[in-house]
Amino acid sequence: MSLSQVEAATESDQLEPGGANLRRAAWRRLRRDPVALVGFALIAMFVLVAILAPLIAPYGPRDQPGAGLITPTTIPGPSAEHWFGLDEQGRDELSRIIYGARQSLLVGVVAMLLGMAGGLVLGMLAGAFGRWVDTVVMRIVDVMLSIPGLLMAIAIAAVLGQSLTSVMIAIAVINVPIFARLLRGQMLSQRESDYVLAARSLGVRHRSIVLSHVLPNSMSPVIVQATLTLATAIIEAAALSFLGLGGADPSVPEWGRMLASTQLYLASAPHLALFPGLAIVIAALGFTLVGERLREALDPKYRR
Amino acid sequence: MTNSATGPLLDVRDLTVTFTRRGGPDTRAVDGVSFQVSPGQTLGLVGESGSGKSVTSLAVMGLLPRRSVSVEGHVYFDGDDLLTLPRDRMRDIRGRDMAMVFQDPMTSLNPVVPIGVQVTEVFERHQDMTGEAARKAAAELLDRVGIPDPGRRLKEYPHQLSGGMRQRALIAMALACRPRVLIADEPTTALDVTIQAQILELLKDLVQDTGAALIMITHDLGVVAGLCDTVHVMYAGRVVESAGRRELFAEPRHPYTGGLLASVPRLDAPRGAPLQPIPGSPTDVLSWPDGCAFAPRCPNRIDACTGAPPPLEAIGGRTLRCVNPLPTAEEVPA
Repeated sequence: MSLSQVEAATESDQLEPGGANLRRAAWRRLRRDPVALVGFALIAMFVLVAILAPLIAPYGPRDQPGAGLITPTTIPGPSAEHWFGLDEQGRDELSRIIYGARQSLLVGVVAMLLGMAGGLVLGMLAGAFGRWVDTVVMRIVDVMLSIPGLLMAIAIAAVLGQSLTSVMIAIAVINVPIFARLLRGQMLSQRESDYVLAARSLGVRHRSIVLSHVLPNSMSPVIVQATLTLATAIIEAAALSFLGLGGADPSVPEWGRMLASTQLYLASAPHLALFPGLAIVIAALGFTLVGERLREALDPKYRR
Repeated sequence: MTNSATGPLLDVRDLTVTFTRRGGPDTRAVDGVSFQVSPGQTLGLVGESGSGKSVTSLAVMGLLPRRSVSVEGHVYFDGDDLLTLPRDRMRDIRGRDMAMVFQDPMTSLNPVVPIGVQVTEVFERHQDMTGEAARKAAAELLDRVGIPDPGRRLKEYPHQLSGGMRQRALIAMALACRPRVLIADEPTTALDVTIQAQILELLKDLVQDTGAALIMITHDLGVVAGLCDTVHVMYAGRVVESAGRRELFAEPRHPYTGGLLASVPRLDAPRGAPLQPIPGSPTDVLSWPDGCAFAPRCPNRIDACTGAPPPLEAIGGRTLRCVNPLPTAEEVPA
């Protein structure tokens, strides 16, 4: 067996240092990718701002430092005292934006997790059992996909009543079919793979094949989709709260509602539209950049 | 080698596999194939792409999809007809009593699961081993198939192993439970020539050690010459000639076998001598009921070749499906 030892030795030299599995390799590629790094920086900023809001915000979200200064035609814009200016009730806009990050992050993460969990359960049922289970699940998914997402979210949020929980559930529901279809498609294609045939030829049970072979190989696109869903969930949450379907307490700052309430003052205080809009864009952009780059890093076609 | 006293271990009779398509004609990929293997014996199933050899092996293992495929005939193993066994009993047999090595080691291992997990899976499934015991057995197994430093290799992922190493790992998995029948479906086709020789040597040794019956599926006559005791040559889903290795190589009777042998490039041929391919392509077939499927490409074709299917006849220790076979040495006119 000396030849095989030579073979093994030369082969070890070719290994990337610390090379482990494909995901770790993807992670390494991602860390060297400037676009992904920008995305990570934006996400880090967003998350830190949300977590540290009480420490970094100059005022509380309900404080009205400019109480006497506001008239319908004069709303002070950015100044040294109030970097993002004041809003129509004399509150510090920067502090409102900072506190608003908490709502966006919370809604985005919870809605994504719920939607992904629901979608993965449905997708796994369809992908693992096939046959009539597949048919039934996928018809349900088709029906869900046939209704425009935002329209369905509005309907669900309206039926459930005004609360942050309704927003999360509404956004989760519209993401369920997307995850379900993605996972099912992945599982179906993996089921035809050689290593599944090889596992079957060794008598491995269907359950083990699904759990230890098919599922792990189907997860990469799901991770990408989860990242991208965070971005869309933040935008959808803002849209719902813009339409008046956000949290029940109007004094809790939400970017979408802040945008909505500036409509009357757009002429006198354009900064009130600019800053919440920018905040939404930046938060969504971070997740989108990372998601897109992650897709490329995980895609075998981009490898090597 | 052949231990005829124990009788065949695997007895395939009249195996027929038909693929049905909605809105299209049925395709008969395997048509009445019969063969027997005994313990310690190596049987070669030879033919070009599309001759039905891989489908034969999948049918024997019960790995063909149940929908749109119909499998007829008998596959006797240990007195049971595998084709009629319930699915869970067949699953118990696969991996424990019968195992298979596939063509492409690059895709036959799960890329996101460490080698060790994939090898121990077989022990856990069939021998109720778990944890440390299964891991130790897996390391011993990798060592036995010539993978150096098995402890480290178990933790590695398939992409960290070369093609030869992966094929060794796959052979290890197939042999984990000392199966009595091993089917190797072109196990060396995707490998370098030097690695091919090692893998064949390994298979030969392991089969000798364990006394397993080996079914070698290949299009490579070199593999057959080095390994097989008996050879079945398939063409368009049927066995056209089967004989012992020596008889077949010394004196091919079916023109297709003769063509295969003649087409192998020879080192002792004069330089510049043209290769001798079989004319035509495997798509130029007659359907068997209309005559010999090989007739359109056959240099020995006579009128009797078409019109009716040639019968499979036993002639002097071999079986042959040809109405105008190549002459034997004695018959060759001076």
